[in-house]
Amino acid sequence: MNLNATLWAQLVVFFILAWFTMKFVWPPLTKALDERAKKIADGLAAADKAKADLALAERRAVEELRVARETAGELRSGAEKQAAAILDAARAEAARVVAQARDAAESEAASAMQRAKEALRDQVAQLAVAGAERILRREIDARVHAELLAGLRQELK
Amino acid sequence: MSSEHVGPKASEYIVHHLTHLNSTGTKQTAIVDWSVINLDTLFWSVLLGVSTVLILARAAARATSGVPGRFQGAVEMIVEMVADQAKGIIHSEESRRFVAPLALTVFVWIFFMNAMDFLPLDLLPKLWEGVYSAQGHDPHHAYLRIVPTADLNATLGMSLGVLLVCIYYNIKVKGFGGWVHELFTAPFGSHPLLYPINFLMQLIEFAAKTISHGMRLFGNMYAGELIFMLIALMGAAWAGTTTGAVLWLGHVLAGAAWAIFHILIVILQAFIFMMLALVYVGQAHEGH
Repeated sequence: MNLNATLWAQLVVFFILAWFTMKFVWPPLTKALDERAKKIADGLAAADKAKADLALAERRAVEELRVARETAGELRSGAEKQAAAILDAARAEAARVVAQARDAAESEAASAMQRAKEALRDQVAQLAVAGAERILRREIDARVHAELLAGLRQELK
Repeated sequence: MSSEHVGPKASEYIVHHLTHLNSTGTKQTAIVDWSVINLDTLFWSVLLGVSTVLILARAAARATSGVPGRFQGAVEMIVEMVADQAKGIIHSEESRRFVAPLALTVFVWIFFMNAMDFLPLDLLPKLWEGVYSAQGHDPHHAYLRIVPTADLNATLGMSLGVLLVCIYYNIKVKGFGGWVHELFTAPFGSHPLLYPINFLMQLIEFAAKTISHGMRLFGNMYAGELIFMLIALMGAAWAGTTTGAVLWLGHVLAGAAWAIFHILIVILQAFIFMMLALVYVGQAHEGH
């Protein structure tokens, strides 16, 4: 362990190497390390954000689905209501038409019956007159007995 | 140990392995001699240092913020570890821009220098011996130590570097006047009678920090290397005898055990050196 000039040489080498490392080794390495740390942090943040976005999208999808289902339900119930209304209206219309037809037919029948009655009454009156004519022959003068005949006809009504 | 019959004695073997290849070609005798330079320490330390920064630079050049490969991931792990430690100890972002890369360099560089211990003890020295004698030199003077951190010059050089960084930040943060003021008034307080004591304490503190910083790494690696040598001596005792066989087995077992344990020491010492560098620089930022 003798001391000699090696000591000073080593001292100089020490500083040259340290200077070289400071100049050419340390900055790029620490820069790469810092950049990678930043990248990793960014990646983690992005992953978190993506996860949050996904959760949000899922919630929105569920909401959309619910709204769509509700709308469809509303549409269906509306359609059913409308169909029922149309059916009711058609049914009422049909009833009205039927009633109208029946009324018309009834009034027709009533007037026909009236007409038939009138005709029948005339014929009966004429028959009665003819019968009475035949029975009475001469005694009865249509002109003289018109008042009688009219009264008879009135009675037959 | 290819030539057992003319092999060196145990003490010669160890001394040979503990002698540096220096600029004089012979063992340095003076404790301090600034005219001598250890070529082996300098060579391996610069080679490994350059490899360190080139490997790191390669990772830095290919670094992307995308999915990292295994190599990039490994480098990033170390960078992240150093950056976290630096952030916890040094609160000034501006200082960290220099100190954190410095800590990273020191950690990886020292790790590689320590890891030279894992190479077979005699492999590189033997190769060097071949090269040296081929050049017509005496092979007995082919010294080579391959673990730069087992050389006190290297570790003290680095801890002195840390000391300079500490002084730089002391002056930068507190201003030159502020730092001088702190040198004379801390830790005991501002009183003219206490100035010399404070100053002495500060000097001792700086010296103790720096010397222990360098000595700790050196001591660990030197002792580790020495134990590898002692273990190697057991294997060298192989001579066809029963005792030799048992020692050879001891070499295998102890060598494996020590090498495995040494993995911990290698990385731990590199980590401790880096952490202490950060702590000392951090202290330079704080007033007493």
